[in-house]
Amino acid sequence: MEQTSHRFKENAERALASSTLRVALDRTTTLLRTRRAAVVAAFPEFAEVRGTAARIKDHTIAHLDHYLEMFERNAIASGAKVHWARTPDEATDIIVRICRQAGARTATRVKSMLGEEIGIGEALAAAGIERVETDLAEHIIQLAGDPPSHIVMPAMHKTHEEVAELFSRKHRRAPDALDVASLVESARRELREKFLSADVGISGANFLIADTGSVVTVTNEGNGELTTTPPRVHIVNAGIEKLVPTVEHATVLLRLLSRSAIGTEFTQYTTFYNGPRRESDRDGPREMHIVLVDNRRTDMLAGFLRPMLRCIRCGACMNHCPVYGAVGGHAYGAVYPGPMGAILTPAMSNLAVAGDLPNACTLNGRCREVCPVDIPLPDLMRRLREEQWSRGLTPRVVRSGLGLWGTLARRPGLYRLATRLAVFSLRLVGWRAGRIGAFPLAGGWTRHRDLPSPQRGTFMDQYRAGRRR
Amino acid sequence: MGEEGKGGAVGRHGSAPRVGLFVTCLVDAIRPSIGFASLKLLEDAGCIVEVPARQTCCGQPGFNSGDNAIARDLVVGWIEAFEGYDYVVVPSGSCAGMLKCHGGDLFAGEPDWAARHSALADRTYEIMSFLVRVMDYRPSGVAWPGRATYHDSCSGLRELAIHDEPRALLAAVDGLELVPLEGNDVCCGFGGTFCVKYPSISNAIVAEKARQVGASGAGLLLGGDLGCLMNMAGKLSREASPVEVRHAVEVLAGMDDEPALCRSE
Ligand code: SF4
Repeated sequence: MEQTSHRFKENAERALASSTLRVALDRTTTLLRTRRAAVVAAFPEFAEVRGTAARIKDHTIAHLDHYLEMFERNAIASGAKVHWARTPDEATDIIVRICRQAGARTATRVKSMLGEEIGIGEALAAAGIERVETDLAEHIIQLAGDPPSHIVMPAMHKTHEEVAELFSRKHRRAPDALDVASLVESARRELREKFLSADVGISGANFLIADTGSVVTVTNEGNGELTTTPPRVHIVNAGIEKLVPTVEHATVLLRLLSRSAIGTEFTQYTTFYNGPRRESDRDGPREMHIVLVDNRRTDMLAGFLRPMLRCIRCGACMNHCPVYGAVGGHAYGAVYPGPMGAILTPAMSNLAVAGDLPNACTLNGRCREVCPVDIPLPDLMRRLREEQWSRGLTPRVVRSGLGLWGTLARRPGLYRLATRLAVFSLRLVGWRAGRIGAFPLAGGWTRHRDLPSPQRGTFMDQYRAGRRR
Repeated sequence: MGEEGKGGAVGRHGSAPRVGLFVTCLVDAIRPSIGFASLKLLEDAGCIVEVPARQTCCGQPGFNSGDNAIARDLVVGWIEAFEGYDYVVVPSGSCAGMLKCHGGDLFAGEPDWAARHSALADRTYEIMSFLVRVMDYRPSGVAWPGRATYHDSCSGLRELAIHDEPRALLAAVDGLELVPLEGNDVCCGFGGTFCVKYPSISNAIVAEKARQVGASGAGLLLGGDLGCLMNMAGKLSREASPVEVRHAVEVLAGMDDEPALCRSE
């Protein structure tokens, strides 16, 4: 997808002007938050498991080279082929090459954020390979031509009313009715034959298990197995941070993933893939390829963003983010939105073009509170601001405003004087009404809110004059 | 947490605790009554209170914009002005959180300052948590008739785990009925410089907050952080809402002579 993070403010304005977007976001995020809260409340050891999960990820990341090699060995032993890609382009080149070698005309795909990250859709289109998205939400956004707006629910920005309209227009046979069940049925009808006729199935991975070489996916719609089993070739694309040492470690993370993502104890389907079809198997692909993608993850590993590699892509941080809730995922202008995206996007592209993202956050800390692997998201955003500051990327107005404030705040005497002046001028405008509706340089505040008029005299002046109560 | 104890805390030399009150820059400029209410409550609770003249700001605007140099200097200024006191008390969860939880990050490679910081951070409290946790204080003989609701500002709630203390104190106010606020733990959209850097987003968030305040049925909105209170009062005022907005200490100290935020004198 085309990255528009540098136009974050514009994107946000557009999002705020859309009342249907607001309805769509409200409905879904409220539902996800409520369900998560209930399922976490019914899981007394949540905090403990969360700590264990963070330690598992930290350990694996600290020994990533070791576990990657272990995974590669065991995956090859199970009959899979393992490919390494440093960049998104290398990854899509590998995938397209595999498709071509298999003589593929059609590829079915089950949603993975890594696929979005490397731009698999564009790459397959450029290679003339038909891509069939089998996930309901991905099917919706493929028909609509939209990028995903959420990492778990990519069509979060659409109301079901909008989906009904879309399906009526685009499906070969229009839905029988406009309720959610009929829409699902319509999508099923549209997709069913394609499942069976595809040459290649492409999936992601939620976990890669080093000591068995297995790939684990969690899905809810049953499309995962239909995408990966019938075709001759199964391609897995996965980020190198998906590793865990053993199955036991994966199960710890599995206890958190679905609870955090959609507020259920477990997903409908949790599938472990171990190589292609064996002699004794009745079905399954002839070939299995695993494409392991770096895309700046090793850079993160080496720097202060390292805790971000714990992320298991549950989406809880965005479901609980007031900014995401107001503007939705598209405003972030990149594959990953919300708090985790505000860190991943600058890390995977460039802090200079994605500079708004770590700043468009109130540092309220709710994302960290719900993150199942305890990533200190607000601290990481602040660290990115620090990097912006030291690299001179902070906007000039912010810099000079803070410069002036800093000069004063470092000198208590001067600071007293400046405060007295500010209070005096604010009171000139506001004392009669008790509030100020407009004030020079305060337009950002007063466009939407009144500013309370200051009380008579600063605290320090009154205190010095002897007032005590 | 250093010398935390229940009830009748004493100073380091055995007498009444000497408290340095850090009034915060917003309280100093916009709403001194919060500072005086804090002074009164601390004295009623048995503390000897002083307001060191050298204080300015906790450094949050710089720290949260990535300018660590200025934030470091202001935290140094704070340590120098306050380390002679038994306790530092702050009528703001976010300023207390800045000084207590983040100040130490600014002294990498300066072990002496880091040690001085951590010694003082241990003795630094947001006012309501100090009154309850350290002084075991409850107001008495204070009345405020009517229905009020409480917004938990994010830094106080998540950095300092302040939740029960304001409620315990407000429960001792005669006539005050505290009703729940839906989304009481959700950010109001203030975020310091955030609200002027991203005014439309901030507005969308505070508009939702104002809607929930209206739906609570309370006539009075209370909180513990002036920045957030200004944001919510500003929005409620712009929408001509009848709900009054105050810092909780004003009610706890029985100081109702000053008009509420955004109300005329
Ligand atoms: S940062 Fe945490 S909460 Fe957000 S998607 Fe990743 S694991 Fe989930």
